[in-house]
Amino acid sequence: MKEAFDFVEMKLPAKSEFVGVLRLTISGVANRMGFSYEEIEDLKVATSEAITNAVNHAYYEEDSGEVTIGFGLYEDRLEVMVADRGGSFDLQEVKEQIGPYDERETVEDMREGGFGLFLIDALMDKVEINNNHGVIVIMTKFLYENEVGQSDDQISTTQ
Amino acid sequence: MNLHIDGHRNENLGVLKLSGEIDAYTAPQLKEELLALVEEKREVEVDLLKVNYMDSTGLGVFISALKLSKEKEHHLKLINLQENVYRLFNITGLNDVINIENTVKGELS
Repeated sequence: MKEAFDFVEMKLPAKSEFVGVLRLTISGVANRMGFSYEEIEDLKVATSEAITNAVNHAYYEEDSGEVTIGFGLYEDRLEVMVADRGGSFDLQEVKEQIGPYDERETVEDMREGGFGLFLIDALMDKVEINNNHGVIVIMTKFLYENEVGQSDDQISTTQ
Repeated sequence: MNLHIDGHRNENLGVLKLSGEIDAYTAPQLKEELLALVEEKREVEVDLLKVNYMDSTGLGVFISALKLSKEKEHHLKLINLQENVYRLFNITGLNDVINIENTVKGELS
């Protein structure tokens, strides 16, 4: 059986002044679904990180394009997709750069960027990145209002 | 969805009081003002009491300010962080390298 869900899609100019517009939108969507205050804060940071990455790609490539954002509102989770059609990046290289700080690192060696994906990964329950045509980040956050038996049910009902 | 930056200076101390949101749009302005202050003053305090949102672009600004302060042998301190803002320093391990004093909950309109 196909799972029922609502889908919301928006396109924003790949400009930093629209990052805040996406935050307002995700707050509204997540609030409607019943996410807690803390979870909504997590969602705001994670989606801002994703669109900021997309905006930066557009900037470096001098392509003032658009970013497409899709929200999949399911019974038990919210899926957020952020897609930019711009060029691709080296995913392996990006993965190697992410992670928390190591106390042994000297201040001079500390990187100033590259925390975006790390935060997305830390704040969301599931993250997928597709890098074939532009970059697509798909992030999932589960609604834990009826936690009892959820994990068991999920395994048996998911096809 | 803006960031208001209010700077005060006396002989050795520079204070930046921030209010609003730190993101990709507002971070460049913060970086410019904060780095100028760190360059100029031996002690710099950044008051984040009224910052209700920050993401990794803000972390990047504070890391570059910290680097400059070490280079100049100046001191940088962040004060009055809201819980959701402090959380990002904690997750990334930056709370171990940046001097953070006092985290708060509430006091936001």
